[in-house]
Amino acid sequence: MALYSEKVMEHFRNPRNVGTIENADGIGEAGNPVCGDIMKIYLKIEDERITDVKFETFGCGSAIASSSMATELIMGQPLKEALKLTNKAVTEALDGLPAHKLHCSVLAEEAIKLAVKDYYDKNGISYDPTEFPADHDCEKCGVH
Amino acid sequence: MNIYADNAATTKMSCSAIQAMTKCMENYYGNPSSLYGVGQDAKVALENAREQIAQVLNCNPKEIYFTSGGSEADNQAIRTAAYLGARKGKKHIISTAFEHHAVLHTLMKLEKEGFEITLLDVHHDGIVTAEQVSSAIREDTALVTIMYANNEIGTIQPIAEIGKLCRKCGVLFHTDAVQAIGHIPVDVTKDHIDMLSLSAHKFHGPKGVGLLYARKGIMLTNLIEGGAQERGKRAGTENVPGIVGMAVALKEAASNLDNYRRRLIPLRDRLIQGLRQIEYSELNGDPVHRLPGTVNFCFEGIEGESLLLLLDDMGIQASSGSACTSGSLDPSHVLLAIGRPHEVAHGSLRLSLDGEITEEEIDYLIQSVKSVVERLRNMSPFWRDLVTGKRSHVFRQFQ
Repeated sequence: MALYSEKVMEHFRNPRNVGTIENADGIGEAGNPVCGDIMKIYLKIEDERITDVKFETFGCGSAIASSSMATELIMGQPLKEALKLTNKAVTEALDGLPAHKLHCSVLAEEAIKLAVKDYYDKNGISYDPTEFPADHDCEKCGVH
Repeated sequence: MNIYADNAATTKMSCSAIQAMTKCMENYYGNPSSLYGVGQDAKVALENAREQIAQVLNCNPKEIYFTSGGSEADNQAIRTAAYLGARKGKKHIISTAFEHHAVLHTLMKLEKEGFEITLLDVHHDGIVTAEQVSSAIREDTALVTIMYANNEIGTIQPIAEIGKLCRKCGVLFHTDAVQAIGHIPVDVTKDHIDMLSLSAHKFHGPKGVGLLYARKGIMLTNLIEGGAQERGKRAGTENVPGIVGMAVALKEAASNLDNYRRRLIPLRDRLIQGLRQIEYSELNGDPVHRLPGTVNFCFEGIEGESLLLLLDDMGIQASSGSACTSGSLDPSHVLLAIGRPHEVAHGSLRLSLDGEITEEEIDYLIQSVKSVVERLRNMSPFWRDLVTGKRSHVFRQFQ
């Protein structure tokens, strides 16, 4: 199908880092079943650096590919770098996404940030809450 | 193995229809409105096609108006009935919640023009009843428009009963029979149908051609003004090769109809039985009153577009009613109309078979869908939440 770039299809067919991490240091989840996509990111963190990352995704081809690419981009990165990951960077690394699929890359960015936030919360590390996405509230998104 | 299982979207063209069209394009290239030989040859081809089609539908050839397809025919039928009704002060139209958008969007426009629209509930089984229609009919009802068979889930509506009722009440009755024609017996006279829409490419004919049947005495409203083609009701030089191809394909489908149904229905049911073995899945719509080749399932915990992409990799072409495939934020209005919650409707799959499919191919479909559903569930946090009880299932483990 020409809907997606080769890169998207390659990550969709062979997603990297699928799965869960037992005793993960941070877990972040974005999206919800009513909207048709959920992304969940599991992080293993040592010395403020991501030593392992896994994801689970319920969603379309671009959602799975976005998660896969996002985990590759943050693997081994210091937390501060991982927090700088934007949906734009994920999209570019995938050689682009169709306009109506861009929200999939936003979910990937959000899930990662929420996973880091979870780690900070668990370890009593202070942070600026405005730098993190609020928990997604479907009731308020006005779509349904 | 390659299996085209999206015949409700469109069908592969019949070889005899292609041959008839090629012959027509080579030999009858004249304009049917021209008086010289090659024009009149085209006119003869056009009128022969009209006659053949009328025979299949059991109507008079003069009651057939060729159009660009089902959508145009739906638009014209509904506008016609609305304006005929409005002249007598009747501005109420009855339809169902799961019609094709060609019908629903026309009705929404009419609502803005001051018509009142009642959309009947189609229940969990995807079937509206004549009783519902009867209770909805009012003094000012101008039209009842109900599809013969649903395009997404394949359920067949009690059209003959509804037709009889409408005739008795003196209300015009239109049916969008795009999915039904060529797949189940349709007889406009026996079914008391006043107007019917059909589209050639759903029964192995060419794309971009269809027709509106309108019973004698119904003064059609033009959507396209211009020349006097189609008894002045649809301007524009006729798509002669397309119409000839449509007639050949329809005749072929009609003469093969009994065999087609006898052969395909058991294979369809084998597919349904096979897919039911996937836990937390459900067939959409009534299992019996359905088109011979249409099967639609919802699978919990997965999303339809990724299902389609993986099936395509396995050589299977199908479709889904998920939001991602519809290009909108909401999943299929048909699945919502039969009461599927959003999260389940996103995980839908429609397989629409052609008459040539084999038992071996059905088994390949079942195995492929099973493995793809399992693969996607294994990476779905939604499925994990269902399995661990963090969220609750909508379906029972096995239907």
